Amino acid sequence: MLKINQLHKSYPIGDSSLHVLKGIDLEVEAGEMVAIMGSSGSGKSTLLNIIGMLDEADSGDYILDGVPIKNLNEKKAAIYRNKFLGFIFQSFNLINYKNALENVALPLYYQGLKRKERQEKGKFHLKKVGLLDWAHHLPSELSGGQKQRVAIARALAADPKLLLADEPTGALDTTTSYEIMEFLQQLNDEGKTILIVTHEEDIAEMCKRVVRLRDGVIMEDKKVEQVRASEYV
Amino acid sequence: MFDIDLWREIFQSINKNRLRTILSGLTVVFAIMLFTILFGLVNGLQNTFTEAFADDANNAIFINSGRTTKAYKGLQAGRQIQFENKEIDYIKDENGNKVEFITARIYKNVVASFRNEKSNYSVRAVHPDHQYLERTIMDEGRYINQRDLNQKTKVIVIGRLVEEDLFRKTKALGKYLNLSGIQYKIVGIFSDEGNDDEERLIYMPVTTAQQVYGNNEFVDQINLTYNPDMNFDQAIAFSNSIEKKLKERFSVAKLDQRAIRVRNMAEASKNVNQMMVVLGILVLVIGLGTLIAGIVGISNIMIFIVKERTKEIGIRKALGASPKSIVSIILLESVLITAIAGYIGLLIGTGILNLAGPSLEEYFIKDPSVKTSLVVSATILLVLAGALAGYVPAKKASKIKPIIALRNE
Ligand SMILES: Nc1ncnc2c1ncn2[C@@H]1O[C@H](COP(=O)(O)OP(=O)(O)OP(=O)(O)O)[C@@H](O)[C@H]1O
Ligand SMILES: [Mg+2]
Repeated sequence: MLKINQLHKSYPIGDSSLHVLKGIDLEVEAGEMVAIMGSSGSGKSTLLNIIGMLDEADSGDYILDGVPIKNLNEKKAAIYRNKFLGFIFQSFNLINYKNALENVALPLYYQGLKRKERQEKGKFHLKKVGLLDWAHHLPSELSGGQKQRVAIARALAADPKLLLADEPTGALDTTTSYEIMEFLQQLNDEGKTILIVTHEEDIAEMCKRVVRLRDGVIMEDKKVEQVRASEYV
Repeated sequence: MFDIDLWREIFQSINKNRLRTILSGLTVVFAIMLFTILFGLVNGLQNTFTEAFADDANNAIFINSGRTTKAYKGLQAGRQIQFENKEIDYIKDENGNKVEFITARIYKNVVASFRNEKSNYSVRAVHPDHQYLERTIMDEGRYINQRDLNQKTKVIVIGRLVEEDLFRKTKALGKYLNLSGIQYKIVGIFSDEGNDDEERLIYMPVTTAQQVYGNNEFVDQINLTYNPDMNFDQAIAFSNSIEKKLKERFSVAKLDQRAIRVRNMAEASKNVNQMMVVLGILVLVIGLGTLIAGIVGISNIMIFIVKERTKEIGIRKALGASPKSIVSIILLESVLITAIAGYIGLLIGTGILNLAGPSLEEYFIKDPSVKTSLVVSATILLVLAGALAGYVPAKKASKIKPIIALRNE
């Protein structure tokens, strides 16, 4: 699915620069569910953003689904983001003046689908996350868990190959977190590849593989016995 | 270009962010309103001026004579200078095609009577060219012609109000009118765009008047128009040369202000024209200023809007929005707001002009209004301005890295 080789990334800070990723090697197969862990500031988000083509690496190779991602122009990057990638953020990042359905349908708009088709697909995905009744509510009228489920529906709408979630449960209480995890596990069971950045050990244990970052390198990378979230709900 | 979904997105963004839209629109409304009012007022001023000069030909030169005030070449001061027909021929011969029309004027006051009606009127004895100089409009019949002049016929052309005063029930044309005891045949009736007094005049052939009222060739005044191809400076030089030559011809001192007086309308016209030019420049400066202020205003607001929407743009990009689609959504919103707000400003502006118009006449502002073409070009300019104002921020927005946009919280 994706292959990363000697990836480096630094951020300029004033005159000096902060070397955040210092040579990352990572390979993820289709159908995996990977947790990326590490202390705060260890570069988890940075790595995920580079994988999601929201940011660019300074050096190293990154191949996504057989396509080398390097020096892509904005137009191409937009197409890949739209076709390959679905994002789930800690702060949901819904568009506040669009209702749930419109938010979910937005990636489909950028795929160039007809309005009717967008509506249908949008509703299908909202139903999947159990929020069809909330289709016409604005994000401000939804709870945190509901917002995250709308965001997941949106990430799924374009049927991406890879789902990237940056602390998707970071802003949610434990019960809601487990609901979201249960849902992500279901998606993974259906074959979606999922990368989750998290702080929480229990969330990491619900994945199939845990990658730990420290000081800009991968300190540990191991398969784990997946804990089913449904056991807790 | 027409993408219904894109427009739906834009309308939603405008509609759901009304305050933002209204604030940015207001700038444009004000700019265009001021622009419209300004142009309207200046147009009103120009209307006043053009109207004031519509009455007579504005390339006219009037030549009068009087008594000398300075002794010259052994001649005493106080000598009466009298023009005659030969002065007209002299001016014509000397100046060729520089003279467009030329006519004499002899003034007489008469009592005109028809049946039981009688009243006092001024008579002007003139050449046929006088019609063009005075911009006399023939309502019925004809003006004085060359044949009248040659045969010294007793014919007159009367003003519309003379007919109204004296010929209650009958038509005046073809009737005989008694002027202080002599019968004249009415061959024409005229109107004039000047004031009412101009339509209470009676015109007769200059030669007839000379024969009837003195049996001489005296002329009270000479009026002419210069060739309209001449510019103001040439025209003024021309009238100066006429004055100089006539003064020599009558042995009048160069500096004698009374004996021979040449008045050139070009001087007045020149002043008026210069004033118009100044007004025009003023308006251009203020108008452009207002527009530029408007453009800067929208630009600033668009920059602010882009800033406010940074996160949204980041989200859209993460979802696969192309840079082009980001540019269009911001740009078209800017253009749409500008165009609609511009139109509203225009309506308010013209509304104010219409309401205030009548009460402005005492300030020399007549019929203030703006031409549709001007309005259309102002609107096009605004749409372009909106595009320009929106383009830089939109381009900037499209270049924002999604990661930076999403970080901003
Ligand atoms: N745009 C940026 N400019 C400068 N420094 C940055 C930038 N983005 C991240 N950093 C720095 O890079 C380091 C890694 O950041 P990153 O967000 O990847 O950490 P993280 O592992 O996701 O941390 P957290 O668990 O707190 O989310 C941090 O020290 C951060 O301050
Ligand atoms: Mg992070």
